[in-house]
Amino acid sequence: MSKAIPVIRNILDANNRLADQLRNVYAENNLLALNLMSSPGAGKTSLLERTLNDLRDELRMAVIEGDLQTDNDARRVAATGAQAVQINTEGGCHLDSSMILEALKQMDLAALDVLFIENVGNLVCPAEFDLGERAKVTLLSVTEGDDKPEKYPMMFAQSKVLLLNKIDLLPYVDFDLDRATRFARALNPEIVVFPVSCRTGEGLEPWYVWLKEAALAERR
Amino acid sequence: MHEMSIADALIRIVETEMANHGLRTVQRITIQHGALSTMVPEALDLAFEAMTRGTALEGAVLEYEKVPLSLRCSKCETTFSPEVRSLHFAPCPSCGEEFAHAVLTGKELNIAHIEGDT
Ligand SMILES: [Zn+2]
Repeated sequence: MSKAIPVIRNILDANNRLADQLRNVYAENNLLALNLMSSPGAGKTSLLERTLNDLRDELRMAVIEGDLQTDNDARRVAATGAQAVQINTEGGCHLDSSMILEALKQMDLAALDVLFIENVGNLVCPAEFDLGERAKVTLLSVTEGDDKPEKYPMMFAQSKVLLLNKIDLLPYVDFDLDRATRFARALNPEIVVFPVSCRTGEGLEPWYVWLKEAALAERR
Repeated sequence: MHEMSIADALIRIVETEMANHGLRTVQRITIQHGALSTMVPEALDLAFEAMTRGTALEGAVLEYEKVPLSLRCSKCETTFSPEVRSLHFAPCPSCGEEFAHAVLTGKELNIAHIEGDT
């Protein structure tokens, strides 16, 4: 007999339940967890290197590195002295909650203030997978074009912070900071936008202030 | 290509529902995906087909219902559906406000229903 069954279930339920577990783990440890997303080459690892070096005396930070194959980024992060745990997705385009739960087993969470999760370089897929993070932080470099928020709306719609990186290259590229900011704010009015250069250090201070305040908020 | 992960999750949900409702085979699975969802139907079809070969789900057809984006104006509370192509130029049709609209629908990625034989 043929039967039609109404279901209405979110396909990513299983991941979302694990994300809830992660949320609890972060909360129990007063930990600020940030999901860092961008295209390949936008400068996520450079941002982390800078941030880990500049704030090492103020915040206890660690990184989970998602990477398709290599551990190059993890080695760069580890060179700053911060703990880095590598997840190889072996071609997978995003991190999911089960991978993060596994990685956390290798970390002393009680000794941390901030956990950065460096997602796989990709503006599409990571946005679909909740990792229980307090905030998604998207990095867009000015060499990529200011129409990216329009092309990949999901990621920008969900991010609390947008870092516009490589502003030292603005004189050489056709990128309008206001236009990119406007695009991002159209669907996500609360998004905080920081124009920065991880190469020169320009603009990083406001990002650091945001980060310290967000970490402090987790301790209350 | 996160459609592999989506197909994997989809198959697990369908298998649970088959057991709950005593279905032996499934012909059709209807999926609702919002205009903001980044899932690509063709890629999901491909992943689903590869992952169900030789199982009770082999040959089941995925049907897609696209859920349009609908926004509620932040100023006058009018509900409207902008063209997705111009998502970021979405002025409210009644007052012209461009910013801070609430997303009512468009983020869905759901299984809506399953058809099969007992
Ligand atoms: Zn209005």
